[in-house]
Amino acid sequence: MSTISLLKLTVNNHPGVLAHVCGLFARRAYNLEGVMVRPIAGGASKRSRMWLLVNEEERLQQLIRQTEKLIDVISVEQHDLEGSIFEQTEGFFV
Amino acid sequence: MTDSAIDPATCSQPRFSGSQLLIKLLERQGITHVSGVPGGANLPIYDALTDSSIKHVLARHEQGAGFIAQGMARVSGKAQVCLASSGPGVSNLITAVADARLDSVPLISITGQVSQDMIGTDAFQEIDTFGLMLPITKHNWMLRSAEELLEVIPLAFEIALSGRPGPVSIDIPKDVQNQLIEVECLPEPGRRQANPVFDRQQVESMLERIWSARRPLLMIGGGIVYAGAAESLVQFAECLDLPAVQTFMGLGILPDGHPLSLGMLGMHGAPYTNLVLEECDLVIGLGVRFDDRATGKVAEFCPQAEIIHVDIDHSEIDKIMRPAISIRADVGEVLQAAIGILEPVSRPIWRRRVEQLKANHPLMLDGEDELFRPYGAIKAVASILDDSVSITTDVGQHQMWVAQAYPFRRAGQWVSSGGLGTMGFGLPAAIGMALAQPERKVVCFSGDGSFLMNIQELATSAEHDLDIKIVILNNRHLGLVRQQQSLFYARNLSAVEFQQNVDYALTARAMGMKGIDLGVSDNPLAELESALMEHGPCVIDLPISETEMVFPMVAPGGANREMIHGESA
Ligand SMILES: Cc1ncc(C[n+]2csc(CCOP(=O)(O)OP(=O)(O)O)c2C)c(N)n1
Repeated sequence: MSTISLLKLTVNNHPGVLAHVCGLFARRAYNLEGVMVRPIAGGASKRSRMWLLVNEEERLQQLIRQTEKLIDVISVEQHDLEGSIFEQTEGFFV
Repeated sequence: MTDSAIDPATCSQPRFSGSQLLIKLLERQGITHVSGVPGGANLPIYDALTDSSIKHVLARHEQGAGFIAQGMARVSGKAQVCLASSGPGVSNLITAVADARLDSVPLISITGQVSQDMIGTDAFQEIDTFGLMLPITKHNWMLRSAEELLEVIPLAFEIALSGRPGPVSIDIPKDVQNQLIEVECLPEPGRRQANPVFDRQQVESMLERIWSARRPLLMIGGGIVYAGAAESLVQFAECLDLPAVQTFMGLGILPDGHPLSLGMLGMHGAPYTNLVLEECDLVIGLGVRFDDRATGKVAEFCPQAEIIHVDIDHSEIDKIMRPAISIRADVGEVLQAAIGILEPVSRPIWRRRVEQLKANHPLMLDGEDELFRPYGAIKAVASILDDSVSITTDVGQHQMWVAQAYPFRRAGQWVSSGGLGTMGFGLPAAIGMALAQPERKVVCFSGDGSFLMNIQELATSAEHDLDIKIVILNNRHLGLVRQQQSLFYARNLSAVEFQQNVDYALTARAMGMKGIDLGVSDNPLAELESALMEHGPCVIDLPISETEMVFPMVAPGGANREMIHGESA
C-alpha cells in the first residue's frame, strides 16, 4: 500500500514561508516528495496555496501538527491523491 | 546612507528612525534590561538605546548575552531581549537561541544585518541569519521596512510567550534601522494569547481514570513551572494521594521531603524512582515531553501503565507515547478545573508499596558528609543557605549531582540547560537571574570544563556587583565524558584531562571579583560559609577527585530499570 499523502496548505504569502515549511521537514527528517506553491488567485495575493506530497505513514499526524504550529501556516488539510496537481503534471517530471 | 545619529526632536511629526521605533516598542513591552554586544550592523540600535530607560548589559561574548537574557526570562517568565550585530555576532548567539528553543524559554533575539542593497553580495559580516535562526526558533523574520516593526515587535512577544514559550529572532538590515518613518499611533504591546480551550469532559475522564487506577503515578515537568501551577499541582497530588516523579526541568515543583515526592526519574534518577515506574499502572504526564533522558528506552518505559498526557503543545501529544487520554491545554487550567471537582482518595496499599521501594532502594549520596566530595559539597552549600536562593548549573557530572542532591523547595528555584545541555550556560544565566531578581542570591554550580566556556562573563558580573556565587566542583577533567569512557569505552580515557590547570581564584580576582580556593584553606567550611553569606560575586574553587561518578546511571538507550550502580573509577 502506498504511504504517500497529499496535504493542502493555506499559508501567508510572505517571503520565507517556503523556507519555514521546507526547513521543518528537513529538521525533523520528514520525507517530502513534491511541492507546488502559487499565490491564491484574487484577494490581493495575501495567501498562497501550497500542495505537499509527503511520504510518511506513522508520523503523518505528528507531521501535520508540527506544520500547523508554523506561524505562517493558516491551515493544513489532508487531500485525495486522485486527480491532484501532482497527477496532472506527471508529464513534466520525466 | 550615512552612519550618523538621527534626532527626532527636529521633526515636526512624530518621526522615528527604525531603531528609535524599535527601542520605543521594547519600552512599551516593559523591557527594563537588554543584553548584547554592539557592532557595525547594529550601530543605529545602540545609538537609539542611549536615549532610553532600558539598561544595557554589555556581555563579553554574544553567547553570554543570549544566556543572560535567558536567565532573566527563566526566572521572571517574561520575554527578554538580546542584541547582536551581523555575521559573527549572530553565529556566536546561535547556541543560546537553540538552547532557549529546547527548554521553551521566551527569548527575543534582535540582530543587525547589512543593508538591503548589500544582501546577497557576500558583504562584510553578512550572514544568512534568517536561514540560521529558522530551525531553532518558534518563528523568525527579516524586516524589509521600518513600518514592519509596528507589526513584528508586538507579534514577536506574543509568539514567544504564547502556548509553549520559545525564542524568536528578528533580523533588521541597517537601512531599515536608519529609515525615517512617521508613526501616528503605536501598537498595543504583544501579550500571551489565551490558552487553547479544552473540553471539561476530558478532565472528568482523566479523573475517572485516576480514580479507577490502583497504582497511579504523576510525572511532572517544566510545563508546570512555566504555567505557574506548582501550588495547584501540590493540591491535586495531595487530594488524590498521587506519588510524583519529577523530570529534570520539573525539580522543585514538589518541595524536597514532601511525602509524595519521588525525586527525579530517568538516566540519573534514584533507584526507587525508576523502580516505581516499573510497577505503576497509570502515568499522568503533566507538562512533560517524555524526553529520552527521562524515559530511557521508550518501549520499556512504564511497562504496565496506561498514559495520560496533558500538554499545551499539540505536537508533543502522540510524539513519543500513545496516551489513552490526552488533553491539549495549559496544565494549570486543567489542574484548576480538576480541583473544582475532585473527590479525595487515599491509596494506602500503593503508598505503602512506594515507601517500601523507597526504603529498600534509596538514593545513596556517597560522601554527603565530606566537603571535598560532590554530594558533600552540595549539601554543605544547601545547609548554609535558605530557600530564597536560586540555583543554576553548567553541564556535566556536577549538574547531575546537583539535580539529585540539592533540596529544592520551590518551583523556579532551579534553572539549568536541560534539552540542549550547553556547557557555559551557568555563569551568564546566573547573571541574568541576579539582574531579574536582585533580592535573591544565585549559586551556580559549575565544572571546570564548562566554566571555561564562558569565563569572560566574570567581568560582566563584577561590573554589576551581582550577588552570584560560582562553586566550581573542580576535577580538572571533563568529568561526565570521562565517566562515559570509563563505563562504556573500557576506560580508554581520551581527551578528558586538562593538563594545564587554571587558578580560578586568581582569575576571579583578575576579573575584578573575589575568588577563593578551598583546597588551600585552613578552615574550608568556615571560608565557604563566609564567601556564600556575604553580598557580591565570588568564585569558589572546590577540588574533588576525577574518579567521582554520578550513580545510578542508565546507559544511553537502555531501559530505566537497568541502572548501573557502581564504584568510583
Ligand atoms: C558546549 C558543549 N560541548 C560539549 C559538550 C559535551 N559534554 C558534556 S558534559 C562534558 C564535560 C563537562 O565537564 P565539566 O564542565 O568540567 O563538568 P564535570 O562533568 O566534570 O562535572 C562535555 C564535554 C556539551 N555538553 N556542551
